[in-house]
Amino acid sequence: MNKMADTKRHTSTNIKTILTDRGLDGCGRDIWTKRLEEIKTAEVEWALSRKPGYYVLDRLLLLISPAAENYLEQMAQLAHQVTLRRFGRTVRLYAPLYLSNFCVNDCVYCGFNRTHDFPRIRLTIEQALAEADVIAKEGFKDLLLVSSEDRDFITVDYLTELASKLREKFSSISVEIYQMTTEEYAKLFAAGIEGITLYQETYDRDTYRKYHPAGPKADYDYRLSAPDSFGQARMREIGIGALLGLSDPLRPRSEASWRLETLALAEHAYYLMKRYWQSRVSFSFPRLRPAKDVNPSQFALLSDKNLVQMILALRLCFADAGFTISTREPAYLRDHLVTLGITRMSAGSKTNPGGYSGHGSSVEQFEIDDNRTPAQIAAMLKSQGLEPVWKDWDSGFLPALPG
Amino acid sequence: MDELIIADRKFRSRLFIGTGKFSSSQTMAEAIEAAGAEIVTVALRRVDIANQNDDMLSAIDRSKYLLLPNTSGARTADEAVRLSRMARAATGINWVKLEVTPDPYYLLPDPVETLKAAEILVKEGFVVLPYINADPILSKRLQDVGTATVMPLASPIGSNQGLKTRAAIEIIIEQANVPVVVDAGLGLPSHAAEAMEMGADAVLVNTAIATANDPVKMAMGFKLAVEAGRIAYLSGASAESKKASPSSPLTGFLRN
Repeated sequence: MNKMADTKRHTSTNIKTILTDRGLDGCGRDIWTKRLEEIKTAEVEWALSRKPGYYVLDRLLLLISPAAENYLEQMAQLAHQVTLRRFGRTVRLYAPLYLSNFCVNDCVYCGFNRTHDFPRIRLTIEQALAEADVIAKEGFKDLLLVSSEDRDFITVDYLTELASKLREKFSSISVEIYQMTTEEYAKLFAAGIEGITLYQETYDRDTYRKYHPAGPKADYDYRLSAPDSFGQARMREIGIGALLGLSDPLRPRSEASWRLETLALAEHAYYLMKRYWQSRVSFSFPRLRPAKDVNPSQFALLSDKNLVQMILALRLCFADAGFTISTREPAYLRDHLVTLGITRMSAGSKTNPGGYSGHGSSVEQFEIDDNRTPAQIAAMLKSQGLEPVWKDWDSGFLPALPG
Repeated sequence: MDELIIADRKFRSRLFIGTGKFSSSQTMAEAIEAAGAEIVTVALRRVDIANQNDDMLSAIDRSKYLLLPNTSGARTADEAVRLSRMARAATGINWVKLEVTPDPYYLLPDPVETLKAAEILVKEGFVVLPYINADPILSKRLQDVGTATVMPLASPIGSNQGLKTRAAIEIIIEQANVPVVVDAGLGLPSHAAEAMEMGADAVLVNTAIATANDPVKMAMGFKLAVEAGRIAYLSGASAESKKASPSSPLTGFLRN
């Protein structure tokens, strides 16, 4: 890490070099860890005295430090104000629709891992539409299509056909699927898919290797380039995140892992925002959840307190980014997070293909925690003086479908 | 108060209200009422424009308010034009607040795409109210293609920073042949009054009202400020001077 480097401005043109220059990829991680431990109360107070909502790496570092843990209430007040001004008293609601759990990858933490033995399910277009009908009846207009790495079945043609049929019922369609090429993403965009979420899972190469031993997803650098492809395909929403709770194999007891992930995630977001200035970058905060045949003892699960600090620190640096929280998280936590910077949440989710219409008694990707219905979530938001927003996009933006 | 005339339609109120960011449609409706507004803008992305029962739309009484659809979220002229046509086909409303904001963070309007879209929409018979940066030349170009107003921003949308673009807006007002509506960034009634005192024909407010602790009271505050600012403008305020000018001059006794 070059101590004299200007940490305010990226001069490099790719994220891999930026993370290396910053010392966030490789040996610099020990230096960051040490620096985090040394941060003093007075530095945190300085960080909190700056105008909130703008990203500078040095300030984020102070806000995610152990010393800042004593300032969570102050951070929460500021995060609330910043979010209120930008997003108003609103929270967007969306639902995921799982299409397939066939997978060629070997992600250690995932229920869909290729080595797991269970009856796999793929939804035909008709079955997926039946699932979507159930979701639409609950009031959703914002739909997230999800699939494991099932390239043989969940093809670009499958997704474009499905999207074109869903456009009548849903005002916004996005995907969370295996990595594709820019050209493939451009086809999805043309079919009305306007956003993509893809998690790097971890910004630490060694950790990445440990949890992704085989399959196409094992290539860390290729994965890191994915959000660039979304931007090049002109996607409106670029969703990024780190899977919180993976533990660093070289420093298994290190408490700093999530703090370093936050720094790398922020650098990635900042890079994408500047480079693909017409796309909106949003953050997700997935914590590891129990899943079928996954042994939880190999993870370093993140506490509620750590998660909240991460969300607040990022909100104080990115006033305009969408922040998403899923039903992985427990109800009591979600109820509080909507006043601390979260702007979009899922509700009534099923993470097994066929789960909504009850046609597939299939295995979930992970267990969900907040089991409340969409109507209950909407009522919870209203009781807190927040408007549940079901629709925040319109298919009228899109060109008419050919034919 | 004197009437505001846009595209031959007369309005008594000079305060437009934006409808995003409210905690509920009911609070929104109460705030609009308290503001005494007559023009209410809604984002086409947020409402189901063809559906009479849409929660937000049904809270806006169309017999009392002019519903002004806006194209917020459009990144290109094509998208804005498409959305405007769709809204007109569904509702018969041919007024549109044209917003082309490709940058999702500051939501600043794209002058090139806005001009392009305005030209097409005016030709198709729309009454076009374009949201623009405070650029006097762009204002003139838009008036040349036939927009009904220009709507320069005071500061970035939702920022509550007030009239950061004051110098440019003064020129726009001086040169305008159509009403100038100051849009975006007005965070306090005093900001709105300042714009009106300068000679703006109207202002549009959303965030400052919707995110106040009591939106209805804040709407009332803006109403009074807009009226006060307009009256002050019409009164021909005396010029500002750096030096004191006593109201009873010391040499007043001199007869000749």
